[in-house]
Amino acid sequence: MHLRSLTLPLSIVAVLALLAIPFFPQWIYLVFVMKTLCFVLFACAFNLLLGHTGILSFGHAAFFGSGAYIAGHLVKNYGVPFELGILAGGLVAALLGAVIGALAIRRSGIYLAMITLAMSQLVYFFYLQAPFTGAEDGLQRVPRGTFLGVIDLRNDTALYYVVLGIVAVGLWVVWRTVNSPFGQVLRAIREHEPRAISLGYPVARYKILVFTLSAGLSGIAGALKAIIFQLAALYDVHWHTSGDVILMTLLGGMNTVFGPAVGAAIVAALNHYLDPFGAWVTVITGVVFMACVLAFRQGVVGELGRLLKLRRPSRPEQTADQPARGESQP
Amino acid sequence: MDIFGVPIQALMGQLMLGIVNGSFYAVLSLGLAIIFGVLKIVNFAHGAFFMLGAFTAFLLGQHLGANYWVALVAAPIAVALFGMLFEWLFLRRLYGLDPIYGLLLTFSLVLVLEGGFRVAFGSSGQPYATPEALRGTINLGFMVLPIYRGFVILAAVLTCLVTWYVIERTSVGARLRAATERAELTQAFGINVPLLVTLTYGVGVGLAAFAGVLAAPIFHVNPSMGSSLVIIIFAVVVIGGLGSIMGAIVTGLGLGVVEGFTRVFYSEFSSTIVFLVMVLVLLIRPAGLFGREES
Repeated sequence: MHLRSLTLPLSIVAVLALLAIPFFPQWIYLVFVMKTLCFVLFACAFNLLLGHTGILSFGHAAFFGSGAYIAGHLVKNYGVPFELGILAGGLVAALLGAVIGALAIRRSGIYLAMITLAMSQLVYFFYLQAPFTGAEDGLQRVPRGTFLGVIDLRNDTALYYVVLGIVAVGLWVVWRTVNSPFGQVLRAIREHEPRAISLGYPVARYKILVFTLSAGLSGIAGALKAIIFQLAALYDVHWHTSGDVILMTLLGGMNTVFGPAVGAAIVAALNHYLDPFGAWVTVITGVVFMACVLAFRQGVVGELGRLLKLRRPSRPEQTADQPARGESQP
Repeated sequence: MDIFGVPIQALMGQLMLGIVNGSFYAVLSLGLAIIFGVLKIVNFAHGAFFMLGAFTAFLLGQHLGANYWVALVAAPIAVALFGMLFEWLFLRRLYGLDPIYGLLLTFSLVLVLEGGFRVAFGSSGQPYATPEALRGTINLGFMVLPIYRGFVILAAVLTCLVTWYVIERTSVGARLRAATERAELTQAFGINVPLLVTLTYGVGVGLAAFAGVLAAPIFHVNPSMGSSLVIIIFAVVVIGGLGSIMGAIVTGLGLGVVEGFTRVFYSEFSSTIVFLVMVLVLLIRPAGLFGREES
């Protein structure tokens, strides 16, 4: 059995479950699901860089947080409608992604990771000192407003379906990007950059472009988060958030398209249900992270795919010794 | 006497603070450079080991009554041993893989250590007393120098020079450099490279812990004292390049001074100036001031 053959039934079940969630408020807290959806989009957007281009950005909180602050600021202080606020958050994050990306790709590998981390710290200090962000208190009481001027988003259920729709569109963009000629070139860069260059691809431009796209989607995720919680706070731009999104991606499986979504759900659940234990959350997150790096580098979805393949060794082109890299299983 | 409208006393005071910070940057980026040279891993946990050094000194004083001088020797050794254990148990498994995994593993160690200390001691700082012999100030005429800060600068610079000498001028250092260039060939000459690697990690981590003990009386000892520092160190390392030991030392001290001056003339930028310098260097000289273009 191949993971791909399971994809369709699994996604139908997932979509039905997501649509049904608001009808069972006694089982699951709707705001928590919405937060998880934001992280799902964030992680999948982040994985465009890590999994599909082979670039580790250690500063994605800068884009997530910028989306949150910009959307929150516009909606709260200028009365900008909900959908324009979200768009603006995504746009600003994309612009920032283009700038930071253009700088960071001047180096590669771990240097690039260090540069993005340093740049995100710069962004962090900006939001700490900027007059509109409320510094340590954060940008509070952001009004939720209405969707397209009709649907009142103060109702959690209405907001939930709107968020679900936007995240679905975002994920579709990710999926479309990965399964496009553009995505093919990204994978070529990941596998063998010098060869991609010698084939005549403007590698730097591709990298900046995917950086921009990933940052823009991360910004939209952040903007949604700010509206849902009616709060944009320093934690959104803190390096802890950058670390969280790496963990989500790694845990879910960075060589898959939607693995990071599973990782995001697990990490969000860990944070949610372990919250009463205070600082222990950080310790547990660290231990899970360590286990992932040491033993499960393919992530949950990646390992699952490998197990399913192992059970049918008869098809030689899909034996287990062939790493999951390069092949994008949903 | 004023310089650009700033009293010379204030200017010198900030400059001295800058050099103190620069000393920490120098010792920390030196350790990072040594570890990177041999292990090809960027040690994200460097700030956590810095914090661990300060906490070990604090705990040694609290529970065993050890004074500052004992802690200055014992804490780095203890932390180095812990670091070597970590290398031997975990880090070792990642050699040969993409160096990104090393970065991520050491990052996860940061979460565990920082979280653990926050559980045990809370987020607020613990004060650590300046040792008796180093209290008070000296009046140098143009400025008043707190003795302990002068001592920190002296100790840090001396440590950097000794480390540089050992690596560049002794036979142990020669082996280390050989292992950096061609690990397999060095092994073939009968040098125990895996042991050398573990020891190198220990020395790098020990340096971080040493800086932590030096910092303990200046800053409050608290669980997050290392993490904001390590990000600055990363910027320092991007600016200087990880290739050269002297480069790491000079860049660290230099950026400390730059930061000090910024605090005098444009204090809003004092926390970000290092990152802005990094941007400038990336634009003008992407390989870093002392760096060779990485492969």
